[in-house]
Amino acid sequence: MSGQDDVAAVLPPSLPPRPWPWEHGRWRGLVFQFVVLAAVVGVVVWMGSNAWGELKNFGFSFLGNTAGFEISFKLIDYDRAGTYLDVLIVGLLNTLLVAALGIVLATVLGFVVGIARLSPNWIVSRLATAYVEFVRNVPLLLWILFFYLALIPTLPVAKQAVSLGDWLFLTNRGLFIPKLHWGETAWMVLVAFIAAIIGAIATTRWARRRQLATGKRPPDLLIGIALVVGLPVLAFFAAGMPVSLEYPELKGFNFKGGLALQPELFALVLALTIYTATYIAEIVRSGIEGVSKGQSEAASALGLSRGQRLRLVVIPQAMRIIIPPLTSQYLNLTKNSSLATAIAYPDVVAVFAGTALAKEGREIEILGITALIYLTLSLVTSLVMNLYNRRIQLTER
Amino acid sequence: MSQALPQREPPDRPWAAMAMEWVRENLFSSWVNIALTLLAVAFVVVVVPPIVDWGIISAVWSGETREACLGPDKGACWPYIGARWGQIIYGFYDDPQRWRVDIVYIVGAVGIAWLMIPRLPGKFWVGVAMYVGFPILVYVLLSGGMFGLSIVPSSKWGGLLLTLLISLTGIIFSMPIGILLALGRRSELPIIRWLSIGFIEFVRGVPLIMILFMASNLMPLFLPSGWNPDKLLRALVAITLFSSAYMAEVVRGGLAAIPKGQTEAAAALGLGYWRTMGLITMPQALKISLPSIVSSCISLFKDTSLISIMGFFDLLQVIKSGNSDPVWSTPNTAFTGYLFAALVYFAFCFGMSRYSAYLERTVGGGKVGTGKA
Repeated sequence: MSGQDDVAAVLPPSLPPRPWPWEHGRWRGLVFQFVVLAAVVGVVVWMGSNAWGELKNFGFSFLGNTAGFEISFKLIDYDRAGTYLDVLIVGLLNTLLVAALGIVLATVLGFVVGIARLSPNWIVSRLATAYVEFVRNVPLLLWILFFYLALIPTLPVAKQAVSLGDWLFLTNRGLFIPKLHWGETAWMVLVAFIAAIIGAIATTRWARRRQLATGKRPPDLLIGIALVVGLPVLAFFAAGMPVSLEYPELKGFNFKGGLALQPELFALVLALTIYTATYIAEIVRSGIEGVSKGQSEAASALGLSRGQRLRLVVIPQAMRIIIPPLTSQYLNLTKNSSLATAIAYPDVVAVFAGTALAKEGREIEILGITALIYLTLSLVTSLVMNLYNRRIQLTER
Repeated sequence: MSQALPQREPPDRPWAAMAMEWVRENLFSSWVNIALTLLAVAFVVVVVPPIVDWGIISAVWSGETREACLGPDKGACWPYIGARWGQIIYGFYDDPQRWRVDIVYIVGAVGIAWLMIPRLPGKFWVGVAMYVGFPILVYVLLSGGMFGLSIVPSSKWGGLLLTLLISLTGIIFSMPIGILLALGRRSELPIIRWLSIGFIEFVRGVPLIMILFMASNLMPLFLPSGWNPDKLLRALVAITLFSSAYMAEVVRGGLAAIPKGQTEAAAALGLGYWRTMGLITMPQALKISLPSIVSSCISLFKDTSLISIMGFFDLLQVIKSGNSDPVWSTPNTAFTGYLFAALVYFAFCFGMSRYSAYLERTVGGGKVGTGKA
């Protein structure tokens, strides 16, 4: 171009030459990205062409085919005439059941152990430490196998079950507890219960406003408990006692009726609980330790007891530190529940990515769906937790 | 003239009084505390003696078959572990060839110990040898087919050998991949960043079992039909990729903790991207994230037990299948086997975590350097 020649003629000849495009950072970045993208696309295309025979038939119509196998534990009606879609749903519900039970129990145990580790009582804190160090340095799979293959078989047979009245029977066939039997008007009890909870929350808010305005706090805890217990009981009698308990009963060699927790489910939940609780305990401990000491000292200067200090001052602040890693432990627990495969508890991996895959082939579709389920669970959990976290962060001063 | 007397030590108090005071403050300071102490002591008294009795006092220490361990008040059946010792350590490795495994064990133990003891010199070269030379040595020795060594197929490797092999391979390869992924995730180049995020989040979002299933079911589909990669190789790739995603997040955490001034100072000195990362940012980031890196390694070590689901006989699987051996079938066999496996896993994992705590105290990992040191 002539314009450039003119400029070059004006510039002193000592100036360094213009850098070549590839010496320029932005160019290099673009070229590098292009090369990487081309390589990735190339590998994907190459792999796709290798699997073309399979990819040609890609589709989800097989989900309508009859599965033809039985599933040992299910929360909804299913038999061997069910489709693969039913298998997927049964497996997914089983996964969610284990995850939900595990999350609740591990949270309770984890908080107790985490607080126990910080206890001023020497023996209690040592016991908690020993528990945490031993349990979490042994693989989860070993715990699952230990409970399922070593511990549960040594439990007594049904005739000599370890029992708690007529309520609970522990045998080598699993744990048996009473089942709630819902009558036709049972919804009234449920509605009363929900109403009571809403009432209790409203009472607490009102009490807090009263406390801020007058300095005196109405007995909101008592009112709340009275509401949550009293309303459903009233509704229960008003609706003509629609909810009854169905007790497990010994019939022949096993228990019938009631709610049966299979040994597989029992072992899995137990192992997931004790294993994840150690991680939660550590999170709780570091969260509580992360609250500055001055907070707790100021609280004792105000005359609060140790329990009040923990409940009113330390834990609310520690929760901000605790929630994010706690979320990832919940996700870990959910993902770890896939170890169910090892003891044939029919979770989504065992029954869909295992049995269904072995019967039907369709590796790409089945593994794709299963991976997508876990990714969705991860996403949903972290979204919910982020929302909660944001709320809790806002209460910060 | 008044003069200050030199300060004197408080008088020595009798040992018993100090002990009593400690007990009062730590165990019996309040009613709640007293209750907790009593509960905890009761728990210890109820739980510990039976375990000690079962594991040591009433345990059977010698015998040839299950007969020795049968009996109403017999404890752990240790001869069972003795009978299985060869399988636990070597898997199904050909008996006359086991010296090859022994060499691997010895070289590995010496090399790792050398790297772990701070006083020993020549860390750099030993490190290079362990990082580059050792894997080659392991491969040549274990699989054979070279230098007149007979071929031992990887399906015969097992027990502790396989567990350690997979863990070490995973650790050695997931470190560099994890570092690259972490850099990629923090990169300013959007395509690189999104590719890294996609990989990391996908791998972290699904369970390891899924990745192993993909390695055994999908990988053969997507490779040319002639290629039939070894089953162990597929498991190794799966475990390495899995753990590198976690490693990437750990390293990213370390990188995020480095103050921006460090990068800016490096830029002011005229260092380019790779030299800034290699000389300034990454050494500090790795030092900060050392505790998390070690706990990733511990997780990886425990996760290797999952490959039994792909049909490998690692430490846990060897013991699990041994437990159902009719020759040793007693009520205590399974308990003994799992207790032994738990102790082995515990020894390795606890050792690693203690070592990391020791490094944190001495080398000062976990803290950002002030630049004065």
